[in-house]
Amino acid sequence: MSKQVTLTIDGKQITVPDGTLVADAAKLAGIDIPVFCHHPKLEPVGMCRMCLVEIGRPMFDRATGQIVMENGQPKIQFMPKLETACTNPVSEGMVVLTQTAKAKEGQKGTVEFLLTSHPLDCPICDKGGECPLQNLTMEHGPGKSRFIYDEKLHLDKQVPLGELIWLDRERCIQCARCIRFQDEIAGEAVLGFDERGRNTQIVSLSDPGFDSVFSGNTTDICPVGALTTADFRFGARPWELKAQASICTQCPVGCNTTLNTRREAKAGGDIVIKRVMPRQNEEVNEIWLCDKGRFAHHYVGSKKRLARPQIRKDEKLARASWDAATKLAAENFSASKKDFVILASGRLANEDLFNLKSLADHAGGRAILYSDMGGGDLTALVGVGAGTNLGKLGEGDAILVVASDLYEEAPIWYLRVKQAADRGAALIVANPRETKLDKFAKFSIRYSYGDEVKAVNDFGKKSKISDEFAKAKNAIVFFGSEGLGLNGTSAVASACADLLKETGHIGRASNGLIGVWQRANDQGAWEVGLQPEEDLAKALKGKAVYIVGTDPVGDDPKLAKALEGAEFVAVQDILETATTEIADVVLPAQAFSEREGTFTSGERRVQRFYAAVPPTGDSKPDFVITSMIAKQMNIVLEGTSVSVVFDILANSIEAFTDLSYAKLAEVRPQWPIVGRGDVYYGGTTYENKHGLGVQLVPAAQVGGTVRIPKVKKEAVLRPKEKELLAVPVNKLYDRGVTVSPAELLDERVGEATVSLHPEAAERLGVEAGARVKISFDGVSGEAVVKIDDTISAGVALVPRSMGIAIKEPVAAKVK
Amino acid sequence: MKGKSFLWQNKRLMAHILFRHRDIPDINKLDVYKKNGGFAALKNAVTKMKPAEVTDVVKNSGLRGRGGAGFPTGMKWSFMDSKSWPHYVLANADESEPGTFKDREIMENNPFQFLEGVALASYAVGANLAYVYLRGEFWQVAAFLDEKLAEMEDAGYLGENLFGTDYSLKIHTHLGAGAYICGEETALMESLEGKRGQPRVRPPFPPSVGLYGKPTVINNVETLTNVPLILANGADWYKSMGTADSAGVKIFSLSGRVRKPGNYELPFGTTFRQLIYENGGGVQDGRPVKAIMPAGASSSLIVVDDKTLDTPMDYAFVRTLGADLGSASVIVIDDTVSIDWVINKTIHFFKHESCGKCTPCREGNYWMRHLTERIHSGNGYSTDVDLLLNVAKQMQGKCLCALGEFSTMAVVTGIERFPQDFKKAVKA
Ligand SMILES: Cc1cc2nc3c(=O)[nH]c(=O)nc-3n(C[C@H](O)[C@H](O)[C@H](O)COP(=O)(O)O)c2cc1C
Ligand code: SF4
Ligand code: SF4
Ligand code: SF4
Ligand code: FES
Repeated sequence: MSKQVTLTIDGKQITVPDGTLVADAAKLAGIDIPVFCHHPKLEPVGMCRMCLVEIGRPMFDRATGQIVMENGQPKIQFMPKLETACTNPVSEGMVVLTQTAKAKEGQKGTVEFLLTSHPLDCPICDKGGECPLQNLTMEHGPGKSRFIYDEKLHLDKQVPLGELIWLDRERCIQCARCIRFQDEIAGEAVLGFDERGRNTQIVSLSDPGFDSVFSGNTTDICPVGALTTADFRFGARPWELKAQASICTQCPVGCNTTLNTRREAKAGGDIVIKRVMPRQNEEVNEIWLCDKGRFAHHYVGSKKRLARPQIRKDEKLARASWDAATKLAAENFSASKKDFVILASGRLANEDLFNLKSLADHAGGRAILYSDMGGGDLTALVGVGAGTNLGKLGEGDAILVVASDLYEEAPIWYLRVKQAADRGAALIVANPRETKLDKFAKFSIRYSYGDEVKAVNDFGKKSKISDEFAKAKNAIVFFGSEGLGLNGTSAVASACADLLKETGHIGRASNGLIGVWQRANDQGAWEVGLQPEEDLAKALKGKAVYIVGTDPVGDDPKLAKALEGAEFVAVQDILETATTEIADVVLPAQAFSEREGTFTSGERRVQRFYAAVPPTGDSKPDFVITSMIAKQMNIVLEGTSVSVVFDILANSIEAFTDLSYAKLAEVRPQWPIVGRGDVYYGGTTYENKHGLGVQLVPAAQVGGTVRIPKVKKEAVLRPKEKELLAVPVNKLYDRGVTVSPAELLDERVGEATVSLHPEAAERLGVEAGARVKISFDGVSGEAVVKIDDTISAGVALVPRSMGIAIKEPVAAKVK
Repeated sequence: MKGKSFLWQNKRLMAHILFRHRDIPDINKLDVYKKNGGFAALKNAVTKMKPAEVTDVVKNSGLRGRGGAGFPTGMKWSFMDSKSWPHYVLANADESEPGTFKDREIMENNPFQFLEGVALASYAVGANLAYVYLRGEFWQVAAFLDEKLAEMEDAGYLGENLFGTDYSLKIHTHLGAGAYICGEETALMESLEGKRGQPRVRPPFPPSVGLYGKPTVINNVETLTNVPLILANGADWYKSMGTADSAGVKIFSLSGRVRKPGNYELPFGTTFRQLIYENGGGVQDGRPVKAIMPAGASSSLIVVDDKTLDTPMDYAFVRTLGADLGSASVIVIDDTVSIDWVINKTIHFFKHESCGKCTPCREGNYWMRHLTERIHSGNGYSTDVDLLLNVAKQMQGKCLCALGEFSTMAVVTGIERFPQDFKKAVKA
């Protein structure tokens, strides 16, 4: 533990770690020193001069080096000037006075200076009600201005920095928090100051504007209403909003969120989600969210939401009762005997997946996870140990990222891995092309698409890089699905697990394997026993199929074809999709925002989410619908209380033993202290009052010998002449059903693309921007050519979920 | 060591120490400089002295920084953190204080002595890389220095293995982009690093964390130009000039309502009277001196009477007049000038040059500019003068860097020391 220092703040004695800044020490002592530029997550800059206090230190006798005593007390020498509490670290015996007339005068002066150029348009400002400038003005404000109103400098009030974030130049107090967040935390210096003096203004330095997937965070930490999101600005007043704890469903990071809701005339009097805010969880997302998590929530309020059960009659879907719909499904499932297949998505909650798996088991059917990634069995075995916190990795630790572009696939992991590298962790990025994380990597390893397993195995051999990895105190490996399908990812996961085992990096906190899954709860699905299937079309053909939370028909023509030949198709979803169109029965499910449940993140943290808005129409939670069907099949599954389902799950699945809803809802004090209506301003992030979740203990941490199953990788595909190796890559803003309804993101989603090496493009006679047709294996689609000279000439990169059904590397024709 | 070959020994004002071009034609040519003892100190130091010995000589000479603060130069060098490497030396040639124009004359006319000073400082602190940071408008000076640096390199006074030792040194010039604030040492470093020129919070100070986060010595051009002769002639020689508080000579940039404005190299301790009346030829139209700004626009205003005029100019004596000598850019104000006009000018400058990083300076100067303008244009009331004084004082002691403090100096002392000018300026 680091050295402790004892000091006195306003007469209160407190002991804090050496190096703590006075402003933060005061916060720990329950004393709020007002700040604007200081944020405990950012480097101190001392530029706003809000936190002025008196600081005294014990006097030392120059000759003897002893502390000078006075009346039995150390004599304290105060600095003649006020000092900034945000830049001065604590020291032993320090005395800080925050409330003296001198300190107050200094603080008051800064507020007055800020107000001379502030528009004070609080009544129409989005920050009104959660603004530290407003709070401080109430506290210190002189009530009457000494500055002549006509002399105020007027600046542009509606400046789009990008399509997501708007700037009000008049409200900006030049604290540089936004700039510093982008530089220091996100590692993307896309904002800056222009001009100087009173003309200093925030500008976007990138094209397109504010080109970062973390932009929304700047609106949280901006201490005034200068930065607002295009999504929320002028949308509601903070005090009209209700807050409910939730979990982001967009990727496996499992960021803790708060859904702010309001009843709205525009929505016909319904209660709707107005904004998604971060909820502090220092072990998961700290106080940040990516823009997908923040802005892609609109699908839950989409016009395409399913509201009533439907049954196909005379070729057409017609409204039906729950009883009739579930009965029809149950009859068909029962009749099909062993030919009953459940196809479920990793978007569902643990409880839903557990009930589905139980139904399959009882009915003698199969439950398949809809995913083209394998290795979930290995993450359960040698996943990161309980107590893992990426925020604690640093000097002496190592992180290996294989076949994954974390920036696109799990942005908050990118951000936290980048910061671990900043703290000194050895970051090793292995990927066929350069990704954003490479900039922060100590080592970048390049291999050819298809050589993933070889790359990991070679890594295990002696080299400078592998040495560093082997001798690291802690080591974590992320594996993803760039350029890989189900077989490829399974093989890579197994190679990575081997590497971790060989180097002794399993069975401990901050060591182990993490899957960069394609959906938020893929890990949970593996935990309850669902697994993906290599030949899905074959598995579905001619069966009675219960499809839950996925759209195979929309995704993949081959699956559409297979389902045409299915005996019976029941589709349970929240949205109308191409798959509901071919269904025999449609069962409307509730969105995550309308019900309770739990997800298991990629780090195997089980976390609760809560109901924030009323359900759409007659929709029901997935686990309830499944239990209704089961009941008609004479199978008893819990279908009323979600926490009881969880208890049953915990009793039957070893990793979940001892977990309960109560345990998942426990909270501990977190640092930094943010998210309260204070003048020590951490931002509009929410304090976590609803649970930090619990990390599952991987089998390797329980003890016993760990045996890693070998997965044989299929031979590397070598395309014929005139063909290219089309490989899937992952894109954050894709055309998935949970993104498209957020129109705000349209520009970032863009069109389907195919990336080619300049040579390949030349051979094909196409240029950047040209439209080409890609065809392989019964699939074909159009895409716009992008030129990328960091890839090899034999490949064509095709993003997943952009309209071209690519699951794994394939030989393709591009025309 | 005792120099014997130099002709300027002792005799006060017989010859220049810094402005040697005024005595020796063509000293900006390498061979002429060499013939006049040039680079002997550097060679001697690099081949015969330990770096710490060089620092000690400078320390003992009593040389203080000429950039404004008057900080003891040798002491600054000795603060360099020896646990963190590499070390850098920076020459501050930003010369942007209104009324200061001395460094330019040195660099344009006696460049080698300045550059030899940079080299000596670099050797003393173990720096193998030094930069001369010039204000953007000095692009011609920079080009000229680049030529001189090339000549030095060709002659073996810069580059690898100087004089056959294992000491190597490179000096580069770098141009700013036209901001006064880039003369402030930490803003200069930010600018040199390619960032926006804004000051950093201190501590840490440059000798611990400076350019690129490494220990750095930064000195003014004039400061460094003293060093070769101090090394050549010894600390005692240097101390024999000037006053007990401020050793040696200083260049006074004289401007304002004097007959002969210009640079004057004089020993510390010369009186204002001598500078203004003997060197500067007295005040235009024979008017009386009303006020003096001894440190350019950043000055406090000194009320002038006989006692003031007879005050010796050094760092300590000027302080007794309620002002700082700073960079010694002496601006003379006569009785035709109203002080409300003066501060309107200075605040115009500071409002324009405030970097905007910290609140009191950014907002305060914008506010003060409105007030001084209102007062000076005759639209103000006495309450505006009170408010102006109050705003200035509200800024004092709260700014991130000295620019903000500087901006209040003339305002506060102007209003407090020349109240009648403001009474006249405002509406009843
Ligand atoms: C606003 C501001 C402007 C400054 N401008 C200059 C300058 O133009 N030249 C200079 O030598 N020092 C300037 N200084 C002083 C430097 O910060 C620094 O103290 C000096 O370069 C140190 O050199 P010295 O020890 O040789 O005086 C300025 C300081 C401030 C606060
Ligand atoms: S926009 Fe907000 S965060 Fe950025 S500098 Fe202005 S006030 Fe600070
Ligand atoms: S990183 Fe993932 S979990 Fe977090 S907000 Fe973004 S999409 Fe959601
Ligand atoms: S005092 Fe002025 S120049 Fe100095 S940092 Fe503050 S705003 Fe910038
Ligand atoms: S200067 Fe301390 S909070 Fe800004």
